[in-house]
Amino acid sequence: MSYSKLDVVRQELRYFVRNWIIIPGKILIRNKKALIGFIIIIGYILMATIGPEVVPYPKSYAYPKYIKPTIFKWPPSLEHPLGTDYFGADIWAKIVWGSRTVLIIAFIAGIITTLVGITVGMVSGFLGGIVDMILMGITDILMTIPGLPLLIVLATLIRTSDPVVIGMILSITAWTGLARSIRSSVLALKNSEFVEAARALGLPVWHIIFREIMPNLMSFIAVNFIFATIGAIYGSVGLYFLGVLPFTTFNWGIMLNMAYTQAGAHHSLETIHYILAPIGAIVGLQLGLLLFSYAIDEIFNPRLRTEIK
Amino acid sequence: MRWIVKRAIMAFITIYFAITFTFFVVKAMPGDPIEALTQEFIRQYYMSYEEARRLAEAAAPFIPRGSIFEQYVDYITRFFRGDMGVSISVSTGTPVINILADAIPWTVLVVASALIISFGLGILIGMVMAYKRGGKFDSAMITFFSILKSLPEYIVAIVYLSILGFQLGLFPVRGRYDYEALTMLEQGDVLGFIANVLWHATLPILAWVTTHIGGWALAMRGSTIGVLGEDFITYAKARGLPERRIITRYVGRNAILPLFTSFMLSIGFMFGGSIIIEYIFAYQGVGLILYQAIQGRDWFLMLGAFNIIVVAVVLGAFIADLLYGLLDPRVRRGATT
Repeated sequence: MSYSKLDVVRQELRYFVRNWIIIPGKILIRNKKALIGFIIIIGYILMATIGPEVVPYPKSYAYPKYIKPTIFKWPPSLEHPLGTDYFGADIWAKIVWGSRTVLIIAFIAGIITTLVGITVGMVSGFLGGIVDMILMGITDILMTIPGLPLLIVLATLIRTSDPVVIGMILSITAWTGLARSIRSSVLALKNSEFVEAARALGLPVWHIIFREIMPNLMSFIAVNFIFATIGAIYGSVGLYFLGVLPFTTFNWGIMLNMAYTQAGAHHSLETIHYILAPIGAIVGLQLGLLLFSYAIDEIFNPRLRTEIK
Repeated sequence: MRWIVKRAIMAFITIYFAITFTFFVVKAMPGDPIEALTQEFIRQYYMSYEEARRLAEAAAPFIPRGSIFEQYVDYITRFFRGDMGVSISVSTGTPVINILADAIPWTVLVVASALIISFGLGILIGMVMAYKRGGKFDSAMITFFSILKSLPEYIVAIVYLSILGFQLGLFPVRGRYDYEALTMLEQGDVLGFIANVLWHATLPILAWVTTHIGGWALAMRGSTIGVLGEDFITYAKARGLPERRIITRYVGRNAILPLFTSFMLSIGFMFGGSIIIEYIFAYQGVGLILYQAIQGRDWFLMLGAFNIIVVAVVLGAFIADLLYGLLDPRVRRGATT
């Protein structure tokens, strides 16, 4: 009996759906914390993708401002769920429009950080010798140099508002921890029985790397990706809050900065919603990612997966 | 001894790389920093252009003429002699090293206290969690600490500033000490001055401790659980050693050692993060100096502050490394794991 190409594709598709949709779904339903995290993340992704299409552009001076005794004409109301800011722009709209840049930066920084970390760790662990020494030397140096000041100096030098470039700047020192752990795992796995068996069979290097070693590290890498995005959100919002990056886009960090420096929103109860909105948005996203990371190990770890039918 | 020498060389190379990096940052900056300094001198002291230019060249941290290699060598040698040029706009004409020397003890005060308090409390709570693992207290603390760990410290700092500082008025909202405290110091009331300083440092320290204690507790919990399963603990119990001795010397000491790498990283993270914390509390440390230098496009001060932060972090990590050697005899004998 022979299989047609279509059968193979169908079979592959069935495996894909089973492995990446049904089993993770079951894991999420069982793990309540991760389910909450997943729902939060989906909410944020929806906000960043379709949000700006639905919510009107947060134009300044759209609504009257500065009527004494408060500088805010519009505290939270039905029309403006989070009120309007010092410039008479709707805060909810600013949160929604800001979510797009925050998520893009975090995603790009997470991807670059993870890829560089894996590459350096793998090369270092596999090749060993002088290459390993040089790569680990660079890793150690970058690990010791404090990240935030380096980011600030680079951001002042480069002065960009392009989310891709900001994501690249943010990953400059972030990959070091992952590279070190990947290297030590590779060193441990390199001499394990199943890798030796694969070598003895004469399997190519790429097969050993991607089929034998990678699956063992997948859950670890995925968790690290989540933490890299959490770190990138911390870094990018921090840079915007300090005002080192140009204020030409919407970002929660810019809102924090405005609320802190111009409206004095942190010391007056009447204007507190201005600073609470970006704080809530950041904390919510960080929490969502953190809670979701609890299920990552179960989803990617083949040993834990076997429990689920 | 070999590991000390190796660590010292590594520390030196790191500092050297940072300084080299900053040199090329100066070179890549848009605009000529010497020209900026010249203009600043003219504006401040009404000098003639030639006079101001001569002064500016003398005050720069490298010879502004000659090949880039000569400038680089000059920059490196001057740095190790403590000459980092003068401030351009934050405090025109003041040597960068003087500004930094005034600021660095305050940053060290906040960062070191925060690190020690969060580490100490964290490992204590972590051990208690490990002994009561699986219980209600343990699982509640795990959730609580994971949440704390994921909060950016600047968010926590703003919340504390707003609630404890402004709304409740429990703590001062800005500065290193009150002006009245200075007169206290002049009158010989040293204790009163120290109390005032600590009172001002409380909120920054509290913000750090809040966001870091969770990480230590969770790491210590995992580490302790690992140690508790070891044979030598069972043996120590079988020998009938007092519980207190087992907890401190056998479990505690062995469980702390793996936390060490994170401890080193924390030093760098906190020193770096002090930019945002000091900015929020208007606390005149190195971080705030770096922030002001960036705002005022004060290149020499900015690079000096960056370099000094790197030096502080590398030295801190080096000292921590020496202490680790004292704790773990395996490292002292040069064994590699």
